Amino acid sequence: MIKVDLERCDLCGTCVAVCPPDCIELREHILYIVEELCTECGACVLVCPMQALQNLPAGEK
Amino acid sequence: MQSEYDIVVVGGGPAGSVAARFASQMNVSVALFEKDGEIGIPVRCAEATSDMDLARLIEVKREWIANYITKARLFAPSGDFVEIHLPSRGIILHRRLFDSGLAEEAAKQGVAVFTKAFVSHVEFNSDLPVVTVNYCGESRQVRAKIVIAADGVESRVGRWAGIRTQTALKDIESCAQSLLGNIEVQLESIDFYFSSRWAPGGYAWVFPKGERVANVGLGVNCAKPLAKPPVALLNDFIEYQFPQGARLSTVAGGVPVAQALKQLVADNLLIVGDAARQANPVTGGGILAAVTAGKIAGQVAGEAIRCGNYQRNFLKKYQQEWIRTVGKDYARFYLLKEWMTSLTDQDLNDIANSLKKLSLEEINLLTVFRVALVNHPRLLFHALKLFASYS
Ligand SMILES: Cc1cc2nc3c(=O)[nH]c(=O)nc-3n(C[C@H](O)[C@H](O)[C@H](O)COP(=O)(O)OP(=O)(O)OC[C@H]3O[C@@H](n4cnc5c(N)ncnc54)[C@H](O)[C@@H]3O)c2cc1C
Ligand code: SF4
Ligand code: SF4
Repeated sequence: MIKVDLERCDLCGTCVAVCPPDCIELREHILYIVEELCTECGACVLVCPMQALQNLPAGEK
Repeated sequence: MQSEYDIVVVGGGPAGSVAARFASQMNVSVALFEKDGEIGIPVRCAEATSDMDLARLIEVKREWIANYITKARLFAPSGDFVEIHLPSRGIILHRRLFDSGLAEEAAKQGVAVFTKAFVSHVEFNSDLPVVTVNYCGESRQVRAKIVIAADGVESRVGRWAGIRTQTALKDIESCAQSLLGNIEVQLESIDFYFSSRWAPGGYAWVFPKGERVANVGLGVNCAKPLAKPPVALLNDFIEYQFPQGARLSTVAGGVPVAQALKQLVADNLLIVGDAARQANPVTGGGILAAVTAGKIAGQVAGEAIRCGNYQRNFLKKYQQEWIRTVGKDYARFYLLKEWMTSLTDQDLNDIANSLKKLSLEEINLLTVFRVALVNHPRLLFHALKLFASYS
């Protein structure tokens, strides 16, 4: 699953621009990933300028 | 907040504020929703544009301008640089003042501007669009005849209308930038650094905002995995170029270097600015595109309300006018961008080396391109292949 490190995330929205199933929601102070829709394609991880996203095996956090 | 407006604009960047203003001037009711608490903040932008070009579209206030630019320096990986006199003067904006000034202007024209107003969904399947807006923590439903999506690179509004707005990794630059204080700058010059060391598939920039202060940032292409994320590359670049620089701000951001969306309108919907991927694909500059598209879209939307026709066939006028004024050129720039991202560090060094033989007066972007092609047949071959594959 994709995990957001909110200490690193700058809420810039670049990940939202590339997410194929459109499962990332960016608000004023927070970024959510709708896990049920995420295909773990990894596009958001690659594009994030802050390295705030990680694809972790299920169970880890 | 009313429960109904003729037009709802989502996003309070330049595209949204300008669209809202020009729609409102047609005597229709317009609301603008911005998710953040203050328009103009944060500034995710290097703030370079042309005041002459902007002034053809809107009034440009002196206090929005931080600095005037007359030349650009293009640095090759070797450190050699080519100096280009800009065909028309450039400026570095105070985006914070620019964005809030444009929103104020919209408000003066009667636009109902709301901040801390996050649009979580727009339902396009009903008769008229229904906008769900979370305003200061409370969810409300607002009906509109037309929605203008000006929600930036993170845009989702178009997707709710069934338009695929997702951008391919090769068509987006992943950026990090700091406002650096206490550094040496050449006030009249914007500097670009091309090198896989600092910015693979992109460039690093130094855009001076004033004496001893500049926007210093970089954008990279993420189609291939990077050894380091942009924020770490920026740290390296700053350590190397400006070890004494004070980091007055640090931001991340994404710049579409894509072809604009094929579909800029749908029934009851127009998409503008970064949301429509309208930035210049070579430079990544999107301010001018946002203002241009915003103005056309606002006028067409206002006209549509007055004619009572909110269908795609009417709103299409905006798309046609965009293509005629800017879109056609940017489509060509896209090919140029594809070619530029294919250059290796060695290619870039060779080009800079050949250009050294020319006098300053002879150099402009076109000569750079021409010299590159004439002196380096391999590049010419590459460029031809690329252009052929698109025609
Ligand atoms: C690092 C960097 C450097 C750049 N440098 C330059 C440069 O030097 N020159 C240049 O011309 N361009 C530059 N650009 C590009 C330029 O910043 C953009 O093209 C421009 O801001 C686009 O304007 P816009 O109005 O379309 O979008 P934005 O300015 O991004 O505005 C979109 C607004 O919509 C709001 N929003 C988003 N979703 C919602 C929602 N659901 N509900 C409510 N509000 C929402 C956002 O909060 C935001 O305020 C740069 C970009 C970056 C990232
Ligand atoms: S791209 Fe990275 S920094 Fe930007 S919003 Fe997404 S997770 Fe946050
Ligand atoms: S991994 Fe792919 S599907 Fe999942 S959030 Fe990231 S971009 Fe979206």
